[in-house]
Amino acid sequence: MSPKSVLLWTMQAALFWLVLLVPQLVVFLLVDEPPTWEFVLMIATLVVGIVHTAVEPTWRYRVHRWETTPDAVYTLSGWLSQEWRVAPVSRIQTIDTKRGPFQQMLGLSTVTVTTASAAGPVEIEGLEHEVAQRLVVELTNTTQATPGDAT
Amino acid sequence: MSTPSEVPAGLPAAPEFVEPLQEWHRLHVRMLVVRPLNEGVAMLVPILVLLFTGNGEKWRLVASGATVAAILAFSYLIWRTTRYRITDDQVELHTGLLTRKQLAVPRDRIRTVDLTSKPGHRIFGLSAVRIGTGQQDVPGTDGLTLDAVTQQEAERLRLLLLQKGVAPRTAQAAEGEDAEPAPVPESEVISQLDLKWLKFAPLSLSGLVAIGAVFGVLSNYADDLGLHPVQDLWEWLFENPSLALFAGFLVALAVIGLVLSIPLYILQFWNYRLTREPDGTLRVQRGLLTTRSVSVEEQRLRGVDVQEPLLVRAGKGAKLAAVTTGLGSKGESNLLLPPAPLSVAHQVSRDVLKVGDDPTTLRLRKHPFAALRRSMFRHVLPWVVIAVGLAVWAPSWAWPIPVAVIPFAALVGWDNYRSLGNALDERYLVTRNNSLVRSTVALQRTGIIGWRIQRSFFQRRSGLMTIGATTAAGAGIYHVTDVGESHGLALADEAVPDLLRPFLIDSTVDDQAERNDWR
Repeated sequence: MSPKSVLLWTMQAALFWLVLLVPQLVVFLLVDEPPTWEFVLMIATLVVGIVHTAVEPTWRYRVHRWETTPDAVYTLSGWLSQEWRVAPVSRIQTIDTKRGPFQQMLGLSTVTVTTASAAGPVEIEGLEHEVAQRLVVELTNTTQATPGDAT
Repeated sequence: MSTPSEVPAGLPAAPEFVEPLQEWHRLHVRMLVVRPLNEGVAMLVPILVLLFTGNGEKWRLVASGATVAAILAFSYLIWRTTRYRITDDQVELHTGLLTRKQLAVPRDRIRTVDLTSKPGHRIFGLSAVRIGTGQQDVPGTDGLTLDAVTQQEAERLRLLLLQKGVAPRTAQAAEGEDAEPAPVPESEVISQLDLKWLKFAPLSLSGLVAIGAVFGVLSNYADDLGLHPVQDLWEWLFENPSLALFAGFLVALAVIGLVLSIPLYILQFWNYRLTREPDGTLRVQRGLLTTRSVSVEEQRLRGVDVQEPLLVRAGKGAKLAAVTTGLGSKGESNLLLPPAPLSVAHQVSRDVLKVGDDPTTLRLRKHPFAALRRSMFRHVLPWVVIAVGLAVWAPSWAWPIPVAVIPFAALVGWDNYRSLGNALDERYLVTRNNSLVRSTVALQRTGIIGWRIQRSFFQRRSGLMTIGATTAAGAGIYHVTDVGESHGLALADEAVPDLLRPFLIDSTVDDQAERNDWR
């Protein structure tokens, strides 16, 4: 996983909290005599937002893992709540690459591996472009070698 | 041929070969009447309202006429633009006027065929055919549906679409026009409705659900008329809080629910029979007004789910659902057995899975004590929060209500813990969850196509994890909730050998090294 992911998650977290914070600020500034609870809520959002943005990305980076073997794809993700996902290569149906705007800025990609189960996509976040491409090619080759999709 | 639902489920005389429809076919022309009947009912109330409010001005007449005309024109256009054909390899459906949709389903991917006749269909001898594939149903899409064809045609399609291994061409060559019909293979009845099961109807609370549904529809109409009965009632109740009134309301609800539940059970499950057909499918037929026939390819059956709603469980009953691919999410299409005695459920499960002992009767392993703590916490905490919230912000009579609920919540939490359990035999992974609708799922180990192992912050602190076995069938994932870490991983490793093992070892080696590897 690229260390740039930390930056990516920081940007995402910051954006999320700004979306919550800015409207509150606008209301606070425009309304005459804003109620105290509004002020309290805004400060609370600000504090939680700063702590979250500061802590979550590094924590997440220390948790996230991924690996592929000839037989399976594994990921470990999350921070407070953590999740392992395992999908056998023989059950893979599609392999997608995805780049959000922030990811494009940082040169990162997300590889999504889906199986026949609606609950089972395995997402590998924050890969360098060329790593992602290499991975997709490799997975596609191994997948093609194994028939059946277990529906 | 009479209606399929009444035919003793034998095959028609000339068995195996059903000829594909190489030509393009239209849906039956009677749909011009049936669709407005089925769908127009929903428009009836607005039209009547439009007609009879006001003083019979001319525009009201015109508007209602236009609505009716629009419905008719719409159903004509649907009929006119919809065509289907069934070739040797695919089922194709073309439909839509403005947005043309062309659906094609490879025939060897067809897993289920679901025939549904609503009352409107039945009057005109029609039936809607829904074809399910291995694809997981996305909400909003409905597989491939032919709505509708004649019941004979539907029956023919069912046989045609599910016949596997009979190469059409050779079959046609072998059986000429007047070939001697082979002996008709019998379909084997696994289970059928027993009127004694009616005692489970009130216990299943279906009456209350029905009241809820009717209430929802009525209040929708009331809204259209500019009435707000619920809001009014609520405000009135707020001003005159009365315990007697509240209790009376609950009693009335319970009584109506009980009374309604019996006809509902009959409506849904009349003529219920579960059969194993000679073409290797399991077929469930049921329904009094709306009849349904759901055929599931037996090979694709990945397991069963014994569901015991709290009260039904108290009456030693259960219902059985299939864990399989290709069934829509609507209207309990996966149902194998309506609420019935538990022993019947186990017997049906045994017959359906073709095993000596029903895997859901296996002795389940208990989960660690920490799981009880988590279960209690999850069930009780929300009510405490609500009570505190009400105590602060609501009138003083409000907060005792959630407080009164807390003991029940605690009971449910305790029962939920008692429900938790898992087991493994040579072929099935068995997991039990939940209290209000306790569900014991037996999932074929070969049907597991991955794992999702979750550990929340609190789970990690108490050494628990929730193991999800992902599968193409049914809900897509089945959980073993709050199992001890080492036992859980051992279970997953044993259920699908070799999948998790490298992972288990890897998690102990230095992670930094492998991360650098891919940088």
